[in-house]
Amino acid sequence: MNPENGALDTKALFACLMLASLAAIGLAIGLSVGIGDLPVPLGTTFTAITNRLGWTSVEIDRVYETVIWDYRLSRALVAAFCGAGLALSGAIMQSLLRNPLAEPYVLGISAGASTGAVAIIILGLGGGALSLSGGAFLGAFAAFCFVALLSNGTRGGADRTILAGVAASQLFNATTSYIVTTSGNAQQARDVMFWLLGSFGGVRWPEFMLVSVVVSIGLVACLCYARTLDTFAFGDETAASLGVNVDRARIVLFALTAMMTATIVSMVGSIGFVGLIVPHTARALVGPLHVRLLPACMLIGAVFMVLADVASRALIPQQVLPIGVVTALVGVPFFSIILYRLQRAS
Amino acid sequence: MSITAENLVWRIGSKTIVDRVSFVAEPGRMLGLLGPNGSGKTSLLRLLAGLKRPQSGRVLLDGSDLASLGARAVARRVAFVEQHATTSTNLRIADIVRLGRFPHRSWLSRWTHADDSAVDEALLRAGLQDRRSDRWQSLSGGEKQRTHIARALAQTPTELILDEPTNHLDIQHQIGVLKLVANLPITSVVALHDLNHAAMFCDAVIVMQHGKIVASGAPDVVITEALLRDVFSVEARVETSPHHQRPCIHYLR
Repeated sequence: MNPENGALDTKALFACLMLASLAAIGLAIGLSVGIGDLPVPLGTTFTAITNRLGWTSVEIDRVYETVIWDYRLSRALVAAFCGAGLALSGAIMQSLLRNPLAEPYVLGISAGASTGAVAIIILGLGGGALSLSGGAFLGAFAAFCFVALLSNGTRGGADRTILAGVAASQLFNATTSYIVTTSGNAQQARDVMFWLLGSFGGVRWPEFMLVSVVVSIGLVACLCYARTLDTFAFGDETAASLGVNVDRARIVLFALTAMMTATIVSMVGSIGFVGLIVPHTARALVGPLHVRLLPACMLIGAVFMVLADVASRALIPQQVLPIGVVTALVGVPFFSIILYRLQRAS
Repeated sequence: MSITAENLVWRIGSKTIVDRVSFVAEPGRMLGLLGPNGSGKTSLLRLLAGLKRPQSGRVLLDGSDLASLGARAVARRVAFVEQHATTSTNLRIADIVRLGRFPHRSWLSRWTHADDSAVDEALLRAGLQDRRSDRWQSLSGGEKQRTHIARALAQTPTELILDEPTNHLDIQHQIGVLKLVANLPITSVVALHDLNHAAMFCDAVIVMQHGKIVASGAPDVVITEALLRDVFSVEARVETSPHHQRPCIHYLR
């Protein structure tokens, strides 16, 4: 067997997979824009986009144009970037903490965001100067700082970081529950619940600008660390013996994932499961080396999230399910199949 | 002098783990590090590899202070194989050995012919040239250990530091790993538990007890009945083996 040929084959395969994923994202976004009270044909969606880009100038109905451009396209794109960001963060966490159960919220970020959000919704903190998203972001940031301090500036190793994250999650979740039960009314409690499970309702172009910039910066920075992440496979000691500045790599990567996750959570709520299952799926498809794993995670995460958003609107007529419910309901059976196949393969 | 330790001290809290240790590892020779559990062998190896900074004293690599070199510069010449390093990911042998090229590559540099030949050479040395596509989870203990050694050799080091590389291996693989290390043209410092193996393969040995060096020199000078009694608390008879002319230890019941 010629190893060079083998390497070429997998390279071509990887490129095909990436192209297929990009096409899938395009189709999923088209689908996402198409469904709703006013169905939009796929062709109309793409014409509207190419019109705006100045590539075509085909006349389309103004109503379609408004629905596509002002409501649905931004939502689908935000969903894609959120899925990409969460999957990327999950992959980084799993590699750094060397734990297959790690996910973006393992550092207590979603718990912190929820505390920040209820502080705004129920306590009215900031007196209107601070938006719900702003409060959630501050809460997430507070949780991250708490974990960083508790795990001794990340120098305490993976186990200690995970324990610090558990402690932070408990603390902030308890605070959230305390605020809801002592100060909230039934409607507010339902609002909080709905926000926690995640929703893409109400996201528009400003949100798209923010999340696309943050996730793109995250991807580029994480790709620079791809080889470094590979050296963590055998633990901190081996990474250090290969010349990696372990402390610096950890703090930079934790900060990057925290920034991405906090931005996403504060915008659309804590959407679970994507950050856990997409990295495992991607690893099963392209292997554990990060140069491939990270882009694969992003693309698969994006497709998955856009489709989950479609399902959240299409499953029950006239009603939008919380996106977190859909990612878990759709994700678990899908993930079970992968686990089952992995087991058989080994 | 390849690696020189000068008065190394390493403490955890008030407990002194490595206590004023000084020695010289000769270039191209295999230096065995012996001593009972908890005598400070692993800590000393970590200090030598630059993974820990000593509270006082210093490590010299061909005369230059290890602390003054960057982590990558150290990793380009000193390779370290720790005990039981494992992973839950299913990397291929070739991917793992390629990790050894990490210190030689900058952030964006491409994979070069020099990298390729270093990896091929390391796989060949470790006898893994036909196994490069095998996955970590499918390897036996001996193959895993040889993969780690190959990864370390891919760093093209001048000094190789191994922490109990024969642990948990069957006798065939223990001898195989020791032969592999002994035949390398580079300096190696190896912590070992099996005194007979140390006597057979090492060019020189250092014996540690309570963080201090209590004996050092050629195996036939150092490994004596008195030392076995004082340091390891066992009764034994030491003879020169008629087969390999090295000391051979017979433990008494």
